[in-house]
Amino acid sequence: MNIFVCVKQVPDTETKVTPNGDGTFIETSSIKWIMNPYDEFAVEQALLLKAANAGSTVTVVRVGSTQDTEALRTALAMGADEAILVEGDDNLDSYMIAKAIKGGIEKSGKTPDIIFTGKQAIDDDCLQVPQLLAQMLDMPSVSVVVGFDHADGKTTLKREVEGGALEVYEVTNPVLVACNKGLNTPRYASLPGIMKAKRKPLQNLSLADVGVSADDRRVKYSNFQLPPEKPPGKKYDAMDEGKQAEVVAEVVQLLRNEAKVI
Amino acid sequence: MLNFELTSEQKEIQEMAMKFAKNEMMPNASEYDLKGEMPMDILQKAWSLGLVNTCIPVEFGGAGFSTIDSMVITEALAYGCLGMNTAIMANDLALLPIVIGGTSEQKEKFLKPFTESYKIAAFCLTEPGNGSDAAGLKTTIKDGGDHWVVNGEKMWITNAGYADLFTLYGTLDPSLKHKGISALVIDAKAEGIEVGKPEKKMGHCCSDTRSVTFRDVKVPKENMLGQPGDGWKIAMKTLDHSRPMVAASAVGGAQCALDHAKGYALERNQFGKPIAAHQSIQFMLAEMATKVEASRLLVLKSAWLIDNNQPNTRLASMAKSFASDSFMEIATDAVQIYGGYGYSKEYPVEKLMRDAKLIQIYEGTSQIQRLVIAKEVLK
Ligand SMILES: Cc1cc2nc3c(=O)[nH]c(=O)nc-3n(C[C@H](O)[C@H](O)[C@H](O)COP(=O)(O)OP(=O)(O)OC[C@H]3O[C@@H](n4cnc5c(N)ncnc54)[C@H](O)[C@@H]3O)c2cc1C
Ligand SMILES: Cc1cc2nc3c(=O)[nH]c(=O)nc-3n(C[C@H](O)[C@H](O)[C@H](O)COP(=O)(O)OP(=O)(O)OC[C@H]3O[C@@H](n4cnc5c(N)ncnc54)[C@H](O)[C@@H]3O)c2cc1C
Repeated sequence: MNIFVCVKQVPDTETKVTPNGDGTFIETSSIKWIMNPYDEFAVEQALLLKAANAGSTVTVVRVGSTQDTEALRTALAMGADEAILVEGDDNLDSYMIAKAIKGGIEKSGKTPDIIFTGKQAIDDDCLQVPQLLAQMLDMPSVSVVVGFDHADGKTTLKREVEGGALEVYEVTNPVLVACNKGLNTPRYASLPGIMKAKRKPLQNLSLADVGVSADDRRVKYSNFQLPPEKPPGKKYDAMDEGKQAEVVAEVVQLLRNEAKVI
Repeated sequence: MLNFELTSEQKEIQEMAMKFAKNEMMPNASEYDLKGEMPMDILQKAWSLGLVNTCIPVEFGGAGFSTIDSMVITEALAYGCLGMNTAIMANDLALLPIVIGGTSEQKEKFLKPFTESYKIAAFCLTEPGNGSDAAGLKTTIKDGGDHWVVNGEKMWITNAGYADLFTLYGTLDPSLKHKGISALVIDAKAEGIEVGKPEKKMGHCCSDTRSVTFRDVKVPKENMLGQPGDGWKIAMKTLDHSRPMVAASAVGGAQCALDHAKGYALERNQFGKPIAAHQSIQFMLAEMATKVEASRLLVLKSAWLIDNNQPNTRLASMAKSFASDSFMEIATDAVQIYGGYGYSKEYPVEKLMRDAKLIQIYEGTSQIQRLVIAKEVLK
C-alpha cells in the first residue's frame, strides 16, 4: 500500500503571536515550530495501517519554509519511511498548498492508496486543504474521523457530527482521511527512531517543480493585526451581607442584558 | 571551533526525553516516592523508547549515542524524577565496565540481551566497611580451577532486588591493594547470592537499594573483565564516564527546582505583589539560574572531552561536585521560596530537596571529588 500523510508545521501552541512588519503574516523569526497536533493522529494512523499491511510505505509530505523541518523529522522519527518537502513561504493559501501537495505526491512516482491528514491546522484554522486535495486528485474524502478500520480492501470510517453522534462511512480506496483527536494515541518518536531519521530519504522540491506559481494564489493576506485587548472584568463584592441582594440583582441584570449569556 | 549549540538531532533527543519526563515520569513521581516502589511499567516504557542503556555501542545493538547525547538524555530524565533516573542510570553504571573493559565476545554476550528486552543491572562496588575508600574492599575472588569463587558483602546496591546481572569488584589478594582488584560479570541467578531487604531512604525512594551477599558464588572464568588485577583501572575509567552522567542528573533536578520556584514566585502574592517582585527572591532565582548554567557547562565539557578522546578526570570531578552541591543549594532555596508550602509533600520541591542530597554522596562524595581535583591541580 502507498500511504501518504500530509503534515503541516505550525507555531508551538505557547507562542505569543505578533504580526510581521508589513502585515502580510505573523513574525516567524523566533517561533518554535511543532507538527500540527491533528497531523500526529494522521501519522499514527498511517503507521498502524502500515504495520497491518506488510510491504506498505509511509510517505510524509509537507509544504512550507525551511527555517526548521521539525514536523518532517518528527514524522520520520516516529517511523515514516520517506519525506517530501515542497519549499514555499509559510503564508501560502489553502489552494496553493493543496496543489503543491498534489504535485509532491505525483513527483514521488507512487500512486496513493490512502492519504491521511489532520482535520485542520491549528495556525490558520482554514479546514480546506484535505477537501481541496481530494478534489484535485479525484478521490473521496472524509473529515473529522475518529474511527478507522481497514479490512479486505474496504475502509470503514467513523466521523463525528455535531451533538456527538457518529456517521459511519464505507469507502473504497483511494481515499483521503482527515483525522480528529480521539482516533488513536500518537506514539513517541523513539530515540533510535530519531537517530535513524536522518538517514531516511528526503526529497526537496520547489513550488515551480510541482507546478505552483503566484497565479495560483486565491487569497492575499494584507493586514494581520492583534485583536483589541479585552477590557478588564468588572468586580462585585458580595461579602457585605446587607448589600448581597442588590449586588446579585445587578450581576444577573448584566449577565442577561450586557453579556447576553443567560 | 567553539560552539555551544546542541546539534539538531540532540535538540530532538532532548525534546523527546523531556516530553517523556513531563508526561510519563513527573505525574507519577510523587506516588511512587510515597509508595517506595519501582515503577516497572514506566521503566519498561522508557526502555522501549531507547532511553535506557544509552552507553551500549551501536555494534552491540545500542543506538550509537555520543557521551554528550547521554548527558542530554540523563538531564531530561532526572528532570522528570531523580529516583526513576537512578534506577535507569544504575544500568549504565553496571554496563559501562563491560563497555570499557570487555572483549567483543563479552560485549556480545552481556550487552546484547539488554537491547532485546528490558533487563536490569546492578553495580556492586561499595561494602559495609568500604565506601569512599573503595580500594580497601574485602570481597574476595578466588581461583577455583575452571571458575572463580566469590565471597563477600556489598552494600547500598541500586537495582539489587530486580537485577538480572551484577557487575562486581572484588580482590584476588587484599594485600595487593589496587593491583589485586578485579571485575566480574555475574548472573543474578547464580547460586549463593542473597539480596537484603530494601533500605528505607530519605530520597530516591522509588529506586531499589539493598545489600547483596555472595557466598561461594561460582562464576565462569570467561566472565572476568580484562586480566586479573585490571579491575581498578576499569573502575577509574568507568568513573570518568559515570561522574558526568551523575552530574547531569543534578542539572536536571536543579533545573526542575528552578522552574518550579520561578513559577511559584510569579503566582504567590505577599505584601500586595507577587513574591517574585521582592528583590531577595529575585536574587535567589538569579543565583539558582547561574548555578544551573555553570553546572551544565561543566557537564557538557567533561562529556565533550570523552567524545574527543581527551582525559577528563579533573573535569568529571569538577562537574560532579559542583553540580551536586549546587543542586542541593538550589533545591533548598526552592523550598525556601515556596515558604510553608515548600515543606509539604503536596508540592514538588520537598522531594527535590531530599533527592538532591544523594547526588552529593553516591559515585564519590563531594569530598572525594575535591581530593581528585586537588590531586590533578597539584600534579
Ligand atoms: C541510595 C544509594 C545508592 C547507592 N548505589 C550504589 C550502587 O549502586 N553501587 C555501589 O557500589 N554503591 C552505591 N552506593 C554507595 C555510595 O557510592 C557510597 O555511599 C559512597 O561512595 C560513600 O561511601 P560511604 O557511604 O561508605 O561513606 P564514607 O566513605 O564512610 O564517608 C563518610 C563521610 O566521610 C567523608 N570522607 C571519607 N573519606 C574521606 C577523605 N579521605 N577525606 C575527606 N572526607 C572523607 C565522605 O565524604 C563522607 O562525607 C549507593 C549509596 C546510596 C546512599
Ligand atoms: C510545619 C509547619 C508548621 C507551622 N505551624 C504554624 C502554626 O502553628 N501557626 C501558624 O500560625 N503558622 C504556622 N506555620 C506557618 C508558617 O509560619 C508560615 O509558613 C511562614 O510564616 C511563611 O509563610 P508562607 O508559608 O505563607 O510563605 P510566604 O509568606 O508566601 O513566603 C514565601 C517566600 O517569599 C518570601 N517573602 C515573603 N514576603 C517577602 C518580602 N516582603 N520580601 C522578601 N521575601 C519575601 C518568604 O521569605 C518565602 O521565602 C507553620 C508552617 C509549617 C510548614
